[in-house]
Amino acid sequence: MAVIDKTVRRHRWDTKFAPYGYVAPYFLIFGVFGLFPLLYTIWVSLQDRNLLESDAATFVWFDNYAALMADPYFWNAMGNTLSLWLLTTVPQILFALVIAQLLNRKVRTRTLFRMGVILPNITSVAAVTIIFAQLFGRDFGLFNWLLGLFGAGQIDWQAGTATSHIAIAVMVVWRWTGYHALIFLASMQAISPSLYEAATLDGANGRQQFWRITVPLLRPQIIFTTIIATTGNMRLLAEPLLFNPGAAAATGGSDRQFQTAALYLYEQGFTKYDFGYSSSIAVVLAIATVVVAGFGYLVTKRIRTE
Amino acid sequence: MTAVLERPAPAPPAGPSARARRLARRVAGPWTYAALIAILAGSAFPVYWSFVVSSQTPDAIDSMPPVLVPGGNLFANIARVFDTTDFALALMNSIFVSGTVTISVVLFSTLAGFAFAKLKFRGRNVLLLLIIGTQAIPTELGIIPLYMMMAEFGWAGEIHAVIVPGLVTAFGVFFMRQYFERAIPDELLEAGRMDGCHSLRLFWHVALPAARPAAAVLGLFTFMQAWNDFFWPLVVLTPENPTVQTALSTLASGYTTDYTLVLTAATIGTVPVLAVFLLFGRQIVGGIMSGAVKG
Repeated sequence: MAVIDKTVRRHRWDTKFAPYGYVAPYFLIFGVFGLFPLLYTIWVSLQDRNLLESDAATFVWFDNYAALMADPYFWNAMGNTLSLWLLTTVPQILFALVIAQLLNRKVRTRTLFRMGVILPNITSVAAVTIIFAQLFGRDFGLFNWLLGLFGAGQIDWQAGTATSHIAIAVMVVWRWTGYHALIFLASMQAISPSLYEAATLDGANGRQQFWRITVPLLRPQIIFTTIIATTGNMRLLAEPLLFNPGAAAATGGSDRQFQTAALYLYEQGFTKYDFGYSSSIAVVLAIATVVVAGFGYLVTKRIRTE
Repeated sequence: MTAVLERPAPAPPAGPSARARRLARRVAGPWTYAALIAILAGSAFPVYWSFVVSSQTPDAIDSMPPVLVPGGNLFANIARVFDTTDFALALMNSIFVSGTVTISVVLFSTLAGFAFAKLKFRGRNVLLLLIIGTQAIPTELGIIPLYMMMAEFGWAGEIHAVIVPGLVTAFGVFFMRQYFERAIPDELLEAGRMDGCHSLRLFWHVALPAARPAAAVLGLFTFMQAWNDFFWPLVVLTPENPTVQTALSTLASGYTTDYTLVLTAATIGTVPVLAVFLLFGRQIVGGIMSGAVKG
């Protein structure tokens, strides 16, 4: 009798409490090293806290935010962030749709092509940026050599605001387009072929089918991808940092022409050790990301579904 | 009946053109192949270029027109990388970090994913929603307090400061949960329960073997992500104790950049992920197409 009682109790304990044990490691580690720092950022952003000046932290209410709003470097960084967001997100999604469309045809060696488009995504951002920085070199870069074949002069890609943004956008688009293309491809394969057959019989050409059938049916994935790409592209850091490596890398160019908000956060936090100020940048950047992602949502939501 | 249906229909005299018929059957034409081959070349070129530079003599990088074929200087350049920096330490650190993180993420994600998919407990749906919600949060924005914590623990500059925050991911838990939902019928677990199986034994003997394909895909993704991780290692580690990625950053940050040296290091650092990719490319493609979007 006692044996059965023990088994029953063990069973009840097992069904009632054991599941919490299985999910506990995730919540413990994420809580301590993920969620807590994120929330604590808000608290630090209300403090005057500089590692180089003193160990003490004084509560200063919104002083950091007030200083931020009057900081031209911050607005410059936000402007660069928005410019790069536009230059990366829009081409990523358009190219990804086109590539997915190509991959969705009946193609021989399709695994080869699918692996090919995802290859950029598995290479490290540090390695890729260094390679591209060389390709975009002023004197011996391959891109300038190619442009020279068409009679164009040598471009100092890093020097200008527009040219440096284009160069950085190329790196980001190169790295992420294939990934998004595969996600679109997965949804395209779920579209019934009969829709296309009917459209062909009605005389619709490939372009019309793409815009009237494929894109509207992919609307949920386009919305999703826009939001995912936005959260990534609003916090570009490695590309602007390593595009111009060296002692002054954190400023993003000699005139801060390609310093993103995330890079400014890094400059304030880890070259000047102004933790309070840096945290306020993190908070504002998080809010800006939510706002821009919301904007992206509203735009992509307008895709017609007939 | 089916035989009749499958017989190719004779082309009607004034039917749609060959191009239109191909369009309807979605078969790739020559232009599609040309475009795909161009895309393939564009995807592979930067990696190929890095390899070309690392196999050439240092003056090749300053030559116009650019040298586009590999040379015979690869091993000399590799030797130079290992002489210039402690790249061996960087490789060892990266292997240790990525290996530990991969094992941990797969284990904890499988365990939690199993519980969320197949065990009933109070608050399950709320906790699952919490995980899905945290997936969207860019945790890098908490980097200042995270650094302060590591400094407090005395972990700044140490390799476990990189490992510990990576031990679990929301994506992993969700990914495994989705897999278990479909892969294991409830009846199988019920039968195990009837036989008096403890849930941990069910996990070990039923769930874990069934999870192997998904766990492998999650492991591949996690390894590549951990190997390529840049921002947090850059912040918390020192140049004396680097990972491959931070070592690359240090090498590139010299007063004048020796591109042959840096790109050789980049090539060496890319080989492990490239090997994983070439061996398991099919699974990686399948993983992205099946699991990464179902949100």
